[in-house]
Amino acid sequence: MFKFFNLTLSGVSNGMIYAAVALALVMIWRATRIVNFAQGAMLMFTTFIAWDLSEQHGVNYWVCLIVAMLSGFVIGGVAERFLVRPVETGPPLNAVIVTLGLFIFLQGLAGMIWGNAQAHSYPPGFSFIGYKVGDRTLLFSPNDLYIVIAVAILVVLLYLLFNWTPVGLRMRAAAFNPEVARLLGVRVGRLLTVGWALAALVGALAGILAAGTQPGYVAPSGLFDALLVYGFTAAVIGGLDSPIGAVIGGLLLGVALSLADSYIDNNIEGMYALIILIAVLMVRPNGLFARQHARRV
Amino acid sequence: MSDDQTPAGALVAPKTASSSDRFGVLSRSTLLRHTLFAVVGFGIVLLIIQALDEGTNATQVAPIAITTCAAAGLTLLVGLSGQISLGNGAFMFVGAYTTALLLEHWHTAHGNLQLIAVFAASIVVSALFGAVVGVAGARLRGPYLAGATLALAIGLPQIVNYQHLSGTLGGVNGISVVAPNPPSSFDLYRWHSVMASASAIIVLWFLANVSRSRIGRSLRAVRDDEIAASLSGLSVPRLQVLAFVISAGCAGLAGGLLAIVSLAAGPGAFPLALSLGLLAAVVFGGLGSLAGAVYGSIVVTLLPQWSQDISRALHIHSDKITNNIPLVVYGVVLAVAMLAVPNGVQGAVLRLRGMALARLRK
Repeated sequence: MFKFFNLTLSGVSNGMIYAAVALALVMIWRATRIVNFAQGAMLMFTTFIAWDLSEQHGVNYWVCLIVAMLSGFVIGGVAERFLVRPVETGPPLNAVIVTLGLFIFLQGLAGMIWGNAQAHSYPPGFSFIGYKVGDRTLLFSPNDLYIVIAVAILVVLLYLLFNWTPVGLRMRAAAFNPEVARLLGVRVGRLLTVGWALAALVGALAGILAAGTQPGYVAPSGLFDALLVYGFTAAVIGGLDSPIGAVIGGLLLGVALSLADSYIDNNIEGMYALIILIAVLMVRPNGLFARQHARRV
Repeated sequence: MSDDQTPAGALVAPKTASSSDRFGVLSRSTLLRHTLFAVVGFGIVLLIIQALDEGTNATQVAPIAITTCAAAGLTLLVGLSGQISLGNGAFMFVGAYTTALLLEHWHTAHGNLQLIAVFAASIVVSALFGAVVGVAGARLRGPYLAGATLALAIGLPQIVNYQHLSGTLGGVNGISVVAPNPPSSFDLYRWHSVMASASAIIVLWFLANVSRSRIGRSLRAVRDDEIAASLSGLSVPRLQVLAFVISAGCAGLAGGLLAIVSLAAGPGAFPLALSLGLLAAVVFGGLGSLAGAVYGSIVVTLLPQWSQDISRALHIHSDKITNNIPLVVYGVVLAVAMLAVPNGVQGAVLRLRGMALARLRK
């Protein structure tokens, strides 16, 4: 029983990271009806920037975090303005292919700058030695607590931004009905750019947090690709359309993976995610939390 | 011009009155025409293989042909049926392991004839797997399907690490493949090249016929408007699953060939970059165009070689940069093709041909 509780607890912190990636995907989906398959590569790239500063130049952890998030903001905005804008209104297949192009381009670019020969490690924010209850060690460390709090703060800030500020109202209007919003004087294009930039900023935070959980995370491909799949799975569990759904999806996925790792086999996490994703999509092709939409003729 | 709206419009050959008079029976029988093309094409490829001297060039024919098999299957799926798959590398994985396991456990004295049965089995196994994926995929649209097949490409190769299977599947190192010796008149590379190009041409011949058949027309109808297609009496899910089955079968054959040519089947040979590279090949050549799949495969296969030549010409002595040029090029191809030239190389070729024909007729 203690083992089960402990594994659930250890799944929560990973789940919060998946939730953050899912949140980044959901924000972009809500704004532009596009799944940003480049998200994994974008947060890989920003984490590499932070790793470069931290390991090669000895910059402080928090400065690196802020630099990574700001560079995510810039990459996201540039990607929307110059790559995604032209295909936003076209067939969905074209947008998928463009984001995949960005995905593999960033992988190649990171490989050119930092090399793909070895995977690097990123320092965790806090100690990763678990808390002790009596004589037993919890699978929950100060670093895990920090991950949970950091993502929770982010979720609250995003909620406040979207629901309580004029910019948030305009962003929701631009996503909900671009034509009417434009008639009412909302600069729809600019707000979509900001939406992508914010989403990439959220992704960048997830990248830094994930990189600190496990040695050998920072490499052009590999664990970050898997992180994209986990984020997508979490977002789909939540219905792709709901920020709260994304957070719940992330937590459910984190706990499920943690339990499966321990009780079945810890080398095939990607397969669990695949099975969960397919199972969810089979039951509800539009996600567990989504309302059903009729397809238009 | 309808070509602009349908990326796969390239598959519909322009019909001109003069061409049917000139070629008589050939233009009336699609099957005969495709067979003639296949035979002539195979003859030309054999001459090329004979002419290439041993060295890097000779080793490139088989990989090009293998990529062509997989890319042609993918272009049918994406271009014709309108379903995206980022997971065709996973079908290749299934084909490669089927071939490797069969060759490991099934010993006969039939030599190279055995390979035909082995390839047939690889095609069947991955087509069955494709049917399972297709049944799941037929319920999914656009980005959902893309995400699910992405998870497939990343998740499936991990099966080799599963504790109860890693013994059979060889874990991360994979299985080494012992293929029958080539016939005495061939050296190894020529034999691989002949085998792979023959397979690629059979695949192209088959897909060309499928695309011009009732199935091909139905798939295009489904791609262009699912609801209209189902109102016309087509079974949309059945056609979508069928497209996945055909595509997976082609990828399975490519995987089997890859196992023979590289003498191994291992998870490292099927990274996500493989699936995305296939997609880049298909998009570069023009979605839905079989000829485009051939150009795309040639470019994608030769890119690593070209990047080394480019690096040498530019005096770049960094392996980091050289090894990543192909990835950067894939990315640029995918993005630029969608933004600027949606019909790819084959679209441009057809447009030029149309302009030339129009001028001739005046």
